[in-house]
Amino acid sequence: MASEPEQVQRLATEARDRVRFEEDALALADQVYRVARHLAGSREEAEELVQETYARAFRSWRSYQPGTNLRAWLLRILTNLNIDRGRKRQRAPQMQALEANDYYLYDRLAESGDGVSDEERVVERLSRDDIVTALSAVPHDFRDVIVLVDLGDFSYQDAAQILDIPVGTVMSRLHRGRRILKRQLAESALERAR
Amino acid sequence: MTDPCAHCEEMMQPYLDRVLTDEEMSEAEAHLAECEQCRRRYRFEESLRVYVRQAVDEQMPPELKQKLAALRVPLD
Repeated sequence: MASEPEQVQRLATEARDRVRFEEDALALADQVYRVARHLAGSREEAEELVQETYARAFRSWRSYQPGTNLRAWLLRILTNLNIDRGRKRQRAPQMQALEANDYYLYDRLAESGDGVSDEERVVERLSRDDIVTALSAVPHDFRDVIVLVDLGDFSYQDAAQILDIPVGTVMSRLHRGRRILKRQLAESALERAR
Repeated sequence: MTDPCAHCEEMMQPYLDRVLTDEEMSEAEAHLAECEQCRRRYRFEESLRVYVRQAVDEQMPPELKQKLAALRVPLD
């Protein structure tokens, strides 16, 4: 049995580790929120999701292995909670995933334009609303990887770990998801231009 | 022989993700150096990624950070 000074020492070490964990986790809250905002249907849902994630993380901090990727660990909790919340109910029935080739959006925007062919200007024909609407119309499986990799800066490997899918699946969903997103963007931008 | 522009399109996403092998990277760059159409399309895709990222970026509400800090488990 541990002597009293050893127990005191152990408790002190544990308290210090826990405080460090909590501070490190809180420092990542902005990044966690950004991902949550695009996985959940609304700002309110995103806030709830982030709070549930942190409540769970603080309770189960011992299962985090120090030195591993804390951001990925938090996001793993968040994506699992999001699935538990029945995310499918949060949205209108999904439209069929329409996919075009990679240059579909550029070709549509370039041909509908006023002769301006500067690529950086062509992209400005899309409004923020076009982008938000198009992203929310991408089916979940594809949107999750776009949100993690393209908006959250996670590597393919981290996204695979967070979503519990093989890296090859992350790559194929990302590839298809970006095409679906561009197809959606082309449709909303052209719809507005009519 | 495959259409070089179609092949270049296949390499576009991995090129921008920087996951091509050195050999594939050189192949893509050799084609881009001589094909203005593909060059334009690559530039557009690159701008689009940055643009989408900026458009959807949303700061966390400041009060949420306080709510999260309040969830910390008090020390005994």
